[in-house]
Amino acid sequence: MADQIYFEDVNVGDEIPKLVKNCTTQQLVMWAAGSGDMYQIHYDKDIAAGNGLPGVIVHGALKNAFLGQMLHDWIRDEGQIKKYNCQYRGMDVPGQDIICRGVITAKRQENGKSLVDLDIWTEKPDGEKTSPGKATVILPSRG
Amino acid sequence: MTEEAIITDEMRAVIGKEAEPLTVEVDKTAIRWFARAVGHTDLVFYDEAYAKSKGHRSIICPPGFLGHAIHTPDKPTNIVGNSVKRPPAIPGLKLMRLLNGGTEFEYYGEDICAGDTLKSVSKIADLRERTGGLGRMLILTTESNFFNAEGKLVATERGTGIMY
Repeated sequence: MADQIYFEDVNVGDEIPKLVKNCTTQQLVMWAAGSGDMYQIHYDKDIAAGNGLPGVIVHGALKNAFLGQMLHDWIRDEGQIKKYNCQYRGMDVPGQDIICRGVITAKRQENGKSLVDLDIWTEKPDGEKTSPGKATVILPSRG
Repeated sequence: MTEEAIITDEMRAVIGKEAEPLTVEVDKTAIRWFARAVGHTDLVFYDEAYAKSKGHRSIICPPGFLGHAIHTPDKPTNIVGNSVKRPPAIPGLKLMRLLNGGTEFEYYGEDICAGDTLKSVSKIADLRERTGGLGRMLILTTESNFFNAEGKLVATERGTGIMY
């Protein structure tokens, strides 16, 4: 595990460590159970095809959770996620990398907390952003 | 020729109405399942002794955890078979397909741990009509607020559904 990161360590424009995911269909079934989203387009290719899809697709909310993992792994024990979101603009499929990325857009103080704003997104290997969003985290300060 | 509006006055009337509160029992097994499905490697989501060593009361909720549905057999499921966690239903809705358009989670600095019992209050925050790649669509925005045992707001989930 990486060391704790502090507010003073980061700058606007910095990219945070990427998180690269590549879903198996097994992972999609685990997510269906773990999240309670039983929509068949995520594990039944016939039903996916009947909905005009090329095959089963990765759940949007799983990509949101991947972005949450990227933030959690970056801010470590002493940071807190204040807010994060993403929109589901493009589909991802099992077996293809889902690259979670984030870039710092602002650093600010609010009510004594040290906040960092980011643009976050998932992208495909060709660079297409499939889940763009924004995040705000609280980082500890060296004081 | 004008097409019939998707959003009727009857549907518009549900905007902002809060549904009956739901009880959300934050459960260790459910947290571990969720964390494993995502691929989390931090033991703070799996191992209670480790989580306590980090100052938490128990294993903690991973980001996005509170979005999961709660199923009881006496409650309806939606068109894709998922538990409807956000009544009220939208009266007169004819569009049949559903896509998830986006998700936002907001947290307010309180630890949410296994063993906590939260109250969740949901509402339809907005309904909009849009024409796009899928034809005429209904954009449905929902908001769920989660309160801890002391009544303190600990998390908000905002979701966007696209019905077409």
